Amino acid sequence: MLDEVKLKRRSFLKTGAITFGGLVLGFQIPMACSKKQGMNLKDIAYHAPNAFIKIGTDESVTIIANHSELGQGIYTSLCQLIAEELEVDWDKIKVEHAPIDPAYNHTQMGPIQATGSSISALSEWTRMRQVGAAARMMLIDAAAQTWGISPSDCSVEKGVVKGNGKSLTYGQLAEKASELEAPDLESIALKDPKDFKVVGKPIKRLDTKIKTNGEAMFGMDASVPNMLVAVIARPPAFGGKVKSFDANTALAIDGVKHVIEIDRGIAIVADGFWNAKKGRDALKVEWSSGTNGNLDTPKQSLAFAKELQSVGRQAEERGNLKEGFGKASKVFESEFEFPYLAHAPMEPMNCLADVKEDSCDIYIGTQMPTFDMLTASHYAGVAPEKIKVNNHYVGGGFGRKSVLDGHIVSEAVQVSKAVGLPIKVIWTREDDIRGGYYRPKALCKVKAAIDENGNPIAWEHHIVCQSFVRGTALEQMLVHDDIDHLAVEGVVHTPYNLPNFKLLWHETPNEIPCLWMRGVGHSFNAFTVETMIDQLAEAAGEDEYSFRKKLLKDDPRSIETLELAISKSKWGQTLPSGHVLGLAIHSSYGSCVAFVVEVSLENQWPKVHHVTAAIDCGPYINPDAVKAQIEGSAIFGITSAYYGELTLKEGAIEQSNFHNYKMLRMHETPFVDVHIVESDKVMGGVGEPGVPPIAPAIANALYKLTGRRISKLPFDKKDFV
Amino acid sequence: MIEIDVNGKKHNVDATEDTPLLWIVREQLGLTGSKFGCGMAQCGACTMHLEGEAVRSCITPLSRAKGKKIVTIEGLDKSLSEPIQKAWIEKDVPQCGYCQSGQVMSAAVLLRENPKPTDEDIDNAMAGNICRCGTYQRIREAIHIAAKSI
Repeated sequence: MLDEVKLKRRSFLKTGAITFGGLVLGFQIPMACSKKQGMNLKDIAYHAPNAFIKIGTDESVTIIANHSELGQGIYTSLCQLIAEELEVDWDKIKVEHAPIDPAYNHTQMGPIQATGSSISALSEWTRMRQVGAAARMMLIDAAAQTWGISPSDCSVEKGVVKGNGKSLTYGQLAEKASELEAPDLESIALKDPKDFKVVGKPIKRLDTKIKTNGEAMFGMDASVPNMLVAVIARPPAFGGKVKSFDANTALAIDGVKHVIEIDRGIAIVADGFWNAKKGRDALKVEWSSGTNGNLDTPKQSLAFAKELQSVGRQAEERGNLKEGFGKASKVFESEFEFPYLAHAPMEPMNCLADVKEDSCDIYIGTQMPTFDMLTASHYAGVAPEKIKVNNHYVGGGFGRKSVLDGHIVSEAVQVSKAVGLPIKVIWTREDDIRGGYYRPKALCKVKAAIDENGNPIAWEHHIVCQSFVRGTALEQMLVHDDIDHLAVEGVVHTPYNLPNFKLLWHETPNEIPCLWMRGVGHSFNAFTVETMIDQLAEAAGEDEYSFRKKLLKDDPRSIETLELAISKSKWGQTLPSGHVLGLAIHSSYGSCVAFVVEVSLENQWPKVHHVTAAIDCGPYINPDAVKAQIEGSAIFGITSAYYGELTLKEGAIEQSNFHNYKMLRMHETPFVDVHIVESDKVMGGVGEPGVPPIAPAIANALYKLTGRRISKLPFDKKDFV
Repeated sequence: MIEIDVNGKKHNVDATEDTPLLWIVREQLGLTGSKFGCGMAQCGACTMHLEGEAVRSCITPLSRAKGKKIVTIEGLDKSLSEPIQKAWIEKDVPQCGYCQSGQVMSAAVLLRENPKPTDEDIDNAMAGNICRCGTYQRIREAIHIAAKSI
C-alpha cells in the first residue's frame, strides 16, 4: 500500500532528497529560515522566523517540536538547543507538537517525520541551534534597524535587545523581525560548546506539571464533537480472516450503533468504549485460521532449530574460521533462545480519525506521523496534503507506535469513512498483547575458541530470526545484500577484537508481524555476545573486566565506559554474603553502556540489589535526561529478563494482559546509579543503548551463584533451584 | 440516570450500572487525567479515590460508585497534590507520563495515611501501579521528598 502512495507523495515532498530504490530517503539539509519556506502560519501577531519558533507580540516563545515526546524528554532537549542560541528566558518557553510539513523532516532518516532509533537529539543537535541563532540574529537586526545602528552594536540577554542606551523586548520586535530575510546558514556562527549555559545542563523537564495533574493530552484523550468509539474484533490467529459474522447480537447491546467489517476485522461502533467492548463480547463471528493457524511455540522452536542447520547468509567474515579453530586450546558452543516480546506501552494503541469529504483529521500519539499520513491518505481516498495529523503526547512507545504499515490509523480511517462520523478506535490491553508487531523470536548459536594464551582465536555466530523490515517501506534502507541490518546489529562490527570471525543470519518466514522494540536486534545479540565473552574469560583464567579491557583496547569509547562503570561500582570490594557482581558492556545507537549489577538469589529467584551504569553518548543536551533513560532502560531490560515471553498456540498468542505478561514493579526495582563519561566524541543516542547490556550483566552474575550459564530468556525458576 | 459525586460536583450520567467508573469519568465528564491501561486492575493507571480509598476505576462499576464521593487526579486536594507535584518536579519523575496520574493518586493515599513512609511502605503501597518507563526509583525518592512537606 505504501509503495503506491509513496509515488504520489514524492512530488509533494520536494525535498531534494537522495533516493534509495523505491523509497524517498536522504539527509535533508535544514530548511534555512525564510518565512517563505516552511509553514505559512498566517498569523500576523507572530514572528515566525522559521517553522520551529513562534515569538508572540505577548513575549511568548513557542517551540514547534518535530519529534514526538514519548517520555525520553526530547521536547525539553529541543527547547534547550534553541534556547541556548536564542538567548531567551527559559520560563517563557512553551512547546507545541509539529504538524506534518517537510520542514520538520528528520535530518538523519530521510524525508520523513519520525522519532526512533535513539537519534532525535543527533537529528536536531545542529539544526535547532541554527534555528535559535537565526531567530536571534533577525530580532537583533530588527532592533538595529529601529535604532539606526549596526547589529554589532547591540547586545541581547533573556529576550531583551539593548543598544544605544535603549532596549526592546523580543515581543516588541517580533512583527518587524518577521518582515526581514532570514540569514544564510553560512552566516550563522554557533556558540563554542564551552560557553553553553543551557545545553548540557540538568534543566527540569517542561512537561512534568501537566503529567502530574492530569492535563497532559495523550492520543487516548483526544475527542471531537459527535465522535463515536470503536473496538475491533481481530482474528485470534495471525493471518486469519473473517469467515462469517452475525452483527445482530452485537447490535442488541445498548449503545452499539454500527457493526462494520474492515480489512483487519470487524469494528463495533458505540457511544462509548464500554458499550463497544460489550458489543464485541456479544458479537458472533467465525474466523478462518489462515496459513498460520497451526503455529505453536514448540513447533516453531523446532523449525528454528532446523533452520540453524542451514547454511545461512553471511553477514560478516574476518580471517579464517577453520584456521582459527585449528589453533584452539578450548572450544565452547552455546545456543541461546529468545522469545517474542510485546512492547506493552502503558497507553494502548488508539487513533481518532475524522474523515470528511475532501480531508481527514487524525488525532494520535505517534512516532511516525509521515507514515500515518500516507496511510490515512490511502484509506480515506484523500490527497496527502489534505490529511492533518494532530500528534499528542505518546503514552510510551518503545517502537510500538512507530509502525510502517499504518495499521493503527488504517482501522480508524476505514470505520470513520464507513460511518461518516469521527471514530476513535481503542485497543484493549488484550488487543495489544495479542495483536502482533513484536520483538522477534530468535535462536542464536556461538561456537568460540581461545588459544593457548587465553585469547579468542575463533568465533562463529549464527542468528536465526525473521526480518524486522522485510516487505515494508524501509526494507531497501535496512536490508543490504539480503542481510537485515537489524537482525545482526550488535554482533556485526563488534568492537571486541575477535579474529577469525564469521557471522551468519538464517532468515525465518515472517509468520507473525514483528517490529522494532527498544534495543531492537541488540536486545538479544548483546546477551549472546556478553555471556559468551564471560565464558571465554573464565576459560582463559582471567577476570571478566580485564579480559574485556584487553579485547576492547582499540575502542576508546568502550574502554572509558567500562572503566567508569567499574570505578563507580563495588568491583573488587567485599560484598554481603550471597551477593555477587556481574558485568556487561555493549555499544549501540552510537553510544556505549556498561552495567555492574549486584545480585543475589532470594526465594530461588534473582534479586538485583544495585545497578551501576556508565554511558558514553558523546555530547549530551541534558544529563538528567540521559540518566533517566538509562534508569528506565535497565528496568525495561530487567522486565524482559524476568518475565518477557509470549507463546503461540494454534496461531494465537496465549498471554493477554499484565497478569500473565508481567512488568517489573516498584518492589522489584533496584537503584540504578548512572554515570556519564565526559566525552567530545560523536553524539550517540540514549533511549535504547541501556537496554541490551542489562540482562547479560545479571546472567553473568547469576553464573557465579549457580555455576550454570543462562541460555534462554526469560529466566526460568528451575535454573535457580 | 444515575447520580455520582465527582470532585465535589454532582453529575447525572446515563449509563448501565455495570459501566466502569473510569469510562464515565473520561467519556461523559470529560476528565481525561485518569487513564485506561489494562481494564483488569493490574496497572493502576486509572486510580481514583472512592470515599478516600484508592480504587481501580477500570473495574469499579457505576453501581458501586453511585452516591459515593469520588476524587480524580483533577480534583485531588491541594494539601496533597501540591507537595506531591512539587516533589515530582524536583525529581523530574515522569517520562511518558501516562501512568503518573495513577501513581500520584496512590501516593496521595499513602502519604495521607502514613506521613513518614519507609522504602518498604512505599514499595507496598505502590505495588499496584506499573510504570513501563521504569521511573520507580524517582517515584520512591519523590514520595520521601513530598513526605517532608505534608
